[in-house]
Amino acid sequence: MTVLYLAHTECDNSLHKSALEALTAAKALADGLGTDLAVGLIGADVAEAAGTIGGCNAKFYAVSGPEFADGRYASDLAAAEAMAKACSPEVVVAPATSRFSRALPGLAIRLGGRVDTHLSGLAAEDGKPVAKRWFYRQRMEGTLTRDERPWVLTLDSGCAEPFAGAGAADVEALTVNVSSRTKVAGMECASEDQQTIRPDADLLFVAGAGWTKKQADGATHVPEAESTIRAFLDATKSSLGSSKSLVDISGEGGAVISFLTHMHQVGQTGATPRHPKGLSTCCHGEEPHVVGWRFIKERRAINLDAGCGWAQGKCDVLYVGDAFAIMAKVNELLG
Amino acid sequence: MGSEFHIVVCGSIVPDPLQTLAPQDGPAGPSLKNEMMLPAVLDPWAGHALFEAANLAAKNPGSQVWLVSLGPKAKLQQVMMSVSQKAPFQLVVADGSASGFTDAYETARVLAETIEGIGGLDKSKMLLFGGWQSASRGSGAVIQMVGELLGVTEQFQGVDRLTVGGDGSLEVLERVEGGAYQKSVVDGAPAAFGWATGELPEPPNNPQVGMQNMQKNMPALMQAKPADLSGTSLKFSSVELPKQRRETRIVKDVPVDEMAKEIVEWIKG
Repeated sequence: MTVLYLAHTECDNSLHKSALEALTAAKALADGLGTDLAVGLIGADVAEAAGTIGGCNAKFYAVSGPEFADGRYASDLAAAEAMAKACSPEVVVAPATSRFSRALPGLAIRLGGRVDTHLSGLAAEDGKPVAKRWFYRQRMEGTLTRDERPWVLTLDSGCAEPFAGAGAADVEALTVNVSSRTKVAGMECASEDQQTIRPDADLLFVAGAGWTKKQADGATHVPEAESTIRAFLDATKSSLGSSKSLVDISGEGGAVISFLTHMHQVGQTGATPRHPKGLSTCCHGEEPHVVGWRFIKERRAINLDAGCGWAQGKCDVLYVGDAFAIMAKVNELLG
Repeated sequence: MGSEFHIVVCGSIVPDPLQTLAPQDGPAGPSLKNEMMLPAVLDPWAGHALFEAANLAAKNPGSQVWLVSLGPKAKLQQVMMSVSQKAPFQLVVADGSASGFTDAYETARVLAETIEGIGGLDKSKMLLFGGWQSASRGSGAVIQMVGELLGVTEQFQGVDRLTVGGDGSLEVLERVEGGAYQKSVVDGAPAAFGWATGELPEPPNNPQVGMQNMQKNMPALMQAKPADLSGTSLKFSSVELPKQRRETRIVKDVPVDEMAKEIVEWIKG
């Protein structure tokens, strides 16, 4: 009986923080079940990554080479399949990165097992693995288990402490032949100056539809809203989120904030980012917005309605005032 | 120059996102309180996939679009009355639960079996579409498993753009971490795509398209076969709403300067 932990390297051959977090969960599960831990690494060159986690007291497997540098369904799945077949695990644990979220559901099919994704917790109880995850987009959390094996599990970031334990690792290299009609042609990355979701930012700034509505003078002030938001983001390098209603205004022919797209959408139909702090401006609404806040630790909001049902009980501080005026002053103080 | 695609979109219904949801225990596991009474909508990501499919089919003459849906057919019929006005498609229905607590594998198995039964579907021309996520289970795993069960091993997730080249190749932009895209090129069908939001706005209602769709789709709803989703050992020991309620401090009738100063101190703190 084995718990297999899978990870892929980043472009600099290191392991991402979410991969180290998943290793903590996998090791705790293996310890709790009283079973062996195996590590499977995928990447262009996995030597550095193996050394980073060599102290986890596991058997190491690796599939490496240039064709495994980029995330691609066929190659990642073939590599994961080879490593799983080498150690016949009962449970496979991996980080829910975009790369593994793409490939590992297919692994469950190839191994004749089952998959559960985006876990928020993983533990051993009464000799069985027990998983936690959110349903209906972070609106309710379920605790679940199942008998089918192998059970492939991916863990969301921020749900465990990153593993720390460098050491020498004796890695068994596996050879995998990949046949795929897909070629990875590169990345399109946001520049440092672009307003975007920044996963590592300390603050999430959420812009709501109020920024594009008529103000006290009866007119809209979208250019002013854009410059105010841009100035704040430039000063703080915050992550930028948006309510769905603001993004959708473009499809309804309304005035839009030019740099907001569906990529920025947070909430029921968007992302549920994890930042230490969140500042929401001009947002109203109920459940869909609450979902966007779910994993934000400290929450503050600015809007005109002291009785706003979304803010009451959901955020720590509600500033009742004009976001245009308040944010302009905030920008001035930020210099 | 276009290509001819057989586009299969997997998508089901979810409770209207504006509804307050609460779980309850039942003999078959957890479900939503008053589930059948809740107004339903097409899952937002499946909707994006459907609109992208219709757009792709319109640009590539000879292409066809099927919407394959696992859901209770009475609720599906209600939702399809509005969805049918958005884009031309042939509905294929498996009559079963659309609950977020349904096992992802069982859902994938039923969808794969249903797709296998589509008459006239040429799998060599197949583009398998679906949502990258859903507003119910949110596993992001069903499309991959359907593809794998159907032998489709070129797969992409978090897709926002799909461009057909003159040689029939497909250039794909997939969302990855940090607000970035990974660009890939696959030499053509078959391939599977889990859509993020895409780049198309929701199409306006077209009653004429709606009439044409419902003429084909009402028989599909009537003939829908019951789906067996029972082959799972998945068990829930609990499903709970988060209970945390914050003590919100209201800052009102305070000068803008003071509010701004407090916000800046908090950001820097």
